[in-house]
Amino acid sequence: MEAILQCNNLGKNYGSLHAVDGISFQVAPGRIIGLLGPNGSGKTTLIKMINGLLRPTSGEVLIDGKRPGVETKKIISYLPDCGYLDSDMNFKSSVALFKDFYADFDDKKAYDMLSRLNVDPAARFKTLSKGNKEKVQLILTMSRQSKLYVLDEPIAGVDPATRDYILQTIIANYNPQASVIISTHLIADVEKVLDDVVFLKNGQIVLYNSADEVRSKNGKSVDEVFREVFACSAN
Amino acid sequence: MAWSLNGSKPIYLQLVEEIRRRVITGDYLPGSHVPSVRDLAGEAAVNPNTMQRALTELEREGLLENQRTNGRTVTEDTEMIAQQKRNMAETEIRECLERMQKLGISAEEMISMIQKIEQSEQKPNEQ
Repeated sequence: MEAILQCNNLGKNYGSLHAVDGISFQVAPGRIIGLLGPNGSGKTTLIKMINGLLRPTSGEVLIDGKRPGVETKKIISYLPDCGYLDSDMNFKSSVALFKDFYADFDDKKAYDMLSRLNVDPAARFKTLSKGNKEKVQLILTMSRQSKLYVLDEPIAGVDPATRDYILQTIIANYNPQASVIISTHLIADVEKVLDDVVFLKNGQIVLYNSADEVRSKNGKSVDEVFREVFACSAN
Repeated sequence: MAWSLNGSKPIYLQLVEEIRRRVITGDYLPGSHVPSVRDLAGEAAVNPNTMQRALTELEREGLLENQRTNGRTVTEDTEMIAQQKRNMAETEIRECLERMQKLGISAEEMISMIQKIEQSEQKPNEQ
């Protein structure tokens, strides 16, 4: 089966700064991948290239065999780090917008997921707590029947119960034909949900392996290995 | 039911042990249906592929049987289950013996302590 995501010597530089420095890797369907690395390691630049928001300066990125464009945007469901919903909209109006915009959007599923939360579909987003906004954004993202879900920091800044809910939603929506890329700093929370992990350092891949392989090779959790690989001296 | 998983060891191995434990204790009875991969993965809050790997491993051992469209069932081979119970108990006992030896407590001391503790726990029932 064709890789859902393929990066071939993919690079993005800004003058002498190599934000993404010639990386090559592929993601098969049915995998949940953790994209892990410190701030400034190139994660967001890579994510933006996958979504066609930035153009590579070298190499290529292919989604389901195609270069980023209208056809790939149809099959990628992207949850950006920052809130992207208009604060005057509510769940009802954003479901209508998504349904209009995306052929693969399942509004019944969206309402079903929302019904399990204490969120009023008519409440404007500006009135929702941060946690509820995160949950709503995730529901909208996961209600699409996409081939690639790209979640940038889906559990940042929310309480542990909300984190659990978000991770449960990601697990429950697992589909062997689709893959999920989760970019996060909260490795300890997320690692049990990951098939594979990618460590990005200074725009390069320093590790790409299954999470269980990392554990058995090192006798440590992915979180602990990460801390060793990216340790900074406080002295 | 809570799954307490340690991030430092391969998750799929821990899932194998927990499901084995559930078969041994009778939480999953012989011949009964095991929940689906999806349900178990959700319950354990782990990746479905990891859970699938654990279930496949248990099928390979013969503790679980794959009924294709009918899902998975626990084996009806009660002798195998009893043997697994003995193996698990033996492993726990060996580990405990080792820890006690490190404390400087011999096997004989340990046996007499176990008997004392067991008796003191039975006393309230004898009144």
